[in-house]
Amino acid sequence: MGSVSFEEFMTRRLLLTGALTAAVLTLSIIGCKSSGSGSEPVTLNGAGSTFAYPLYSAWSSEYAKLHPGLQINYQSIGSGGGIRQVSEGTVDFGGTDGPMTEQQLADAKSKRVTNILHFPVALGADVPVYNVPGVKADLNFTANALAGIFLGKIAKWNDPEIAKANPGVNLPPDQIVVCHRSDGSGTTYVWVDYLAKVSPEWKSKIGVATSVSWPVGIGGKGNEGVAGFVRQTPNSIGYVELVYAIQNKMTYGEVQNTTDKFIKADLNSVTAAAAGAVASMPADFRVSITNAPGADAYPVSSFTWMLVPQDFKDAEKGKALKAFLLWGITDGQASTQKLSYAPLAKSVVDKELELIKTLHY
Amino acid sequence: MASATTTTQTVGLSSPPEKLSIMARLRKGDEIAFLVTFASALSIVLITVLLVQRLWADSVLSRHLFSWHFLHTSTWDPVQDQFGALPFIYGTVVTALLSLVMAVPVGIGAAIFLAELAPRKVSNVLTFMIELLAAVPSVIFGLLGIFIMLPLLNHYIVPIIQQIFGFLPIFQGKFYGVSYFSASCVLAIMIVPFIVSISREVLIAVPQSQREAMMALGATKWDVTWRAVFPYAKRGIIGSIFLALARALGETMAVTMVIGNVPKISASLFAPGYTIAAVIANEFTEATGDLYISALIELGLVLFAVTMIINAIARILMLGMARQESTL
Repeated sequence: MGSVSFEEFMTRRLLLTGALTAAVLTLSIIGCKSSGSGSEPVTLNGAGSTFAYPLYSAWSSEYAKLHPGLQINYQSIGSGGGIRQVSEGTVDFGGTDGPMTEQQLADAKSKRVTNILHFPVALGADVPVYNVPGVKADLNFTANALAGIFLGKIAKWNDPEIAKANPGVNLPPDQIVVCHRSDGSGTTYVWVDYLAKVSPEWKSKIGVATSVSWPVGIGGKGNEGVAGFVRQTPNSIGYVELVYAIQNKMTYGEVQNTTDKFIKADLNSVTAAAAGAVASMPADFRVSITNAPGADAYPVSSFTWMLVPQDFKDAEKGKALKAFLLWGITDGQASTQKLSYAPLAKSVVDKELELIKTLHY
Repeated sequence: MASATTTTQTVGLSSPPEKLSIMARLRKGDEIAFLVTFASALSIVLITVLLVQRLWADSVLSRHLFSWHFLHTSTWDPVQDQFGALPFIYGTVVTALLSLVMAVPVGIGAAIFLAELAPRKVSNVLTFMIELLAAVPSVIFGLLGIFIMLPLLNHYIVPIIQQIFGFLPIFQGKFYGVSYFSASCVLAIMIVPFIVSISREVLIAVPQSQREAMMALGATKWDVTWRAVFPYAKRGIIGSIFLALARALGETMAVTMVIGNVPKISASLFAPGYTIAAVIANEFTEATGDLYISALIELGLVLFAVTMIINAIARILMLGMARQESTL
C-alpha cells in the first residue's frame, strides 16, 4: 500500500495533533487574558443546605440589585456537602442545618489553615403532620408521646400518653404508621435532636445525625415524600419542615415545650426559641436550640448557619462576603420572613455582630 | 459530498507525491477507521476500569473494617458507624427480577404484534408512542407511582391478589403502598419500551425468505411467527432483555420514591424495602463521616458486582440454550 509507511503516517498524525493542541491552548490563553482585562465582577460561591436554598437565592438576587458588581451563586447540595466543600476550600461559604463537629472543625483547620465560623442566618422548625381518620382538631403531642411513637413503643392512636393531651378528641384504636425522611437531611437532624433531648432512650439507642437507623416506620424522599405518604395513608404520622407545611397549607400538631405548654409552630414561636436559648449560647453559635427554655418557645426549632472561613486569601472576596453576611443578618431578615423562615431574634443578631469583628478581613 | 471528493482529488493531484499517498490513505480509510473505532472501544473500557478503580480506592476504609461482613449483615446505622449491605442487595435483585417477570411477557408480546401482526402504519405510530415512554424522566414515573399507582394498587389490585394468593408468604402482611411490589411495577413500566422497541426491530429484520419458506409448507400466520421468525430473532430479543435488566438494576429516582426506604429484608413483596441505588441517592449528599462515605462508595462497588454477576448468569443460561438448540 502507498509510499508512506504506517509509522511515518502516525508520526505525521501526532505532529498534526500536537500543532492543533498548541493552537487551541494559545487561543484559550489569549481568550482568558482578554476577558480578565475588563473590570472583573466579584463572584461568591456557596454550597450546602437545601433547606436554606430559597433564602440564599432570594438574598443573592436582592443583594445583587444593591451591589451590581457582585454575583452570588449558591448550590443546594445538602448540609454535608456544604461542610465538605467549605472545608476543602472549593467554595467561599457553606450552608448547614446542623453545626460542624469538633472533628470536622479540626479537619477543616488542617486543610485551610483557618477557622470556620458559624453564623446563624435564619431559623427553621419541624412540625408533626398526621392523618387520623375522623380527627379534625389539631392534636397536641407531649414530648413522651412523640418519642414513644418514633421509638415504636406507642403503637396505637388511643394510647393514654396521646389521649391525655387531647381531651375530648375521639382517637381510634388503630395501629400508628410512622413515616420519616429517607434522605439525609437537616430536617431529620433537628427532629432526632429534639427526640434525643427529651428521651434518654432515643439518645442512647438511636442517636443524632442527618440519617439514623430508625426503629420503626417507612422512609419518604424529601418533605414531599413524607407529606405524600401521610396524606395517603390513614393513621400515619410524619414530620416536615414548617416552611413546607405552611406553603402547602397542611395542618400540623402542637408540641409540648419545657414549660409544659403546647405550642403551635409559627414564625413567632420559633424566633422565641432562639431568644430563649441566647443566654446559654456559646460564642461560636454551635448550639442546638431544640427544647429551648421560654414559655412561648416552640421546641423543635433550629438555626440554619452560614459557614465562613476566618481568613481569606483574596481580600476583595473576603470583604464582599463580610458585607453580604452583615446585610443578611440585618436588612436581609425582612425577606427571611417573607419566605416563612423565622427571623433571628435581636439578641442573637447583636451577638453575631461581635463575632463578625473577629473575621481577619 | 461528491463535490468535496473531487476537490480533494484535484488538490491531491497537484501536490507532491507523498502527500497524495496520505490523502489516498485517508480516503481509503482503513487505518483511520481502525484507529477511530479502536479509540472508541478503548475509551469505554478505560472509563469502566477507571470507575472500578475509583470505587475500589475510595471504599478502602469500609472494605478493611467490615471485609465480607459488609455483604451479609443487615445493620445500617450511620450514627454508630455500623454498615451492612444485605437488605440493599436483596432489594435490588428482587425488584429487578420481579420487574422483568412483569415486563418481558408484555414487551415481547407487544413487539410480536407490532412487527408481525399489526398493519405497518399502525405499528409505526404505536412504536413511536412506546419510544416516547422511554424518554420520560424517571422522576415523573416516581411521582405518577406515588400519586396514581399506589392508591390504585392499595384499593383494587393488592386486595384481589391477597384474596386469591394470600396463603403464599410472599403476598402476606399489611400493604402500605410503598413496597418491593410497587417498585417493581414502576420499573416494569420503565423497561417495557426498551424490550418492545429493540425486539420489534430485530423481528422486522428477520429475512422475508424465512417466512416464505414456512408459509410454503402450509403454516398458519402464528406458526410462521412462532417457529420461523421468533427463533431467528431470539438472540436479539434476549439482548433487549439484558438492556432492560441493566436499567432496572440501576434505576434510582423512581424506585426510591415508591419502595419505602426501609433497610430490612422481608419475605413479603408487599413489605417496604430498599435498593442500593436508592440508598446512595438518599444518603450521599448529607453523609459526613469518612467511614460513612466509604461505605456508600462500597455500595456502588457492590452494585457493579451484582450487575456483572447477574449478567454473567444470564449469559451462561443463554449459552446453554444455544447449545441445546444445536444438539436438536
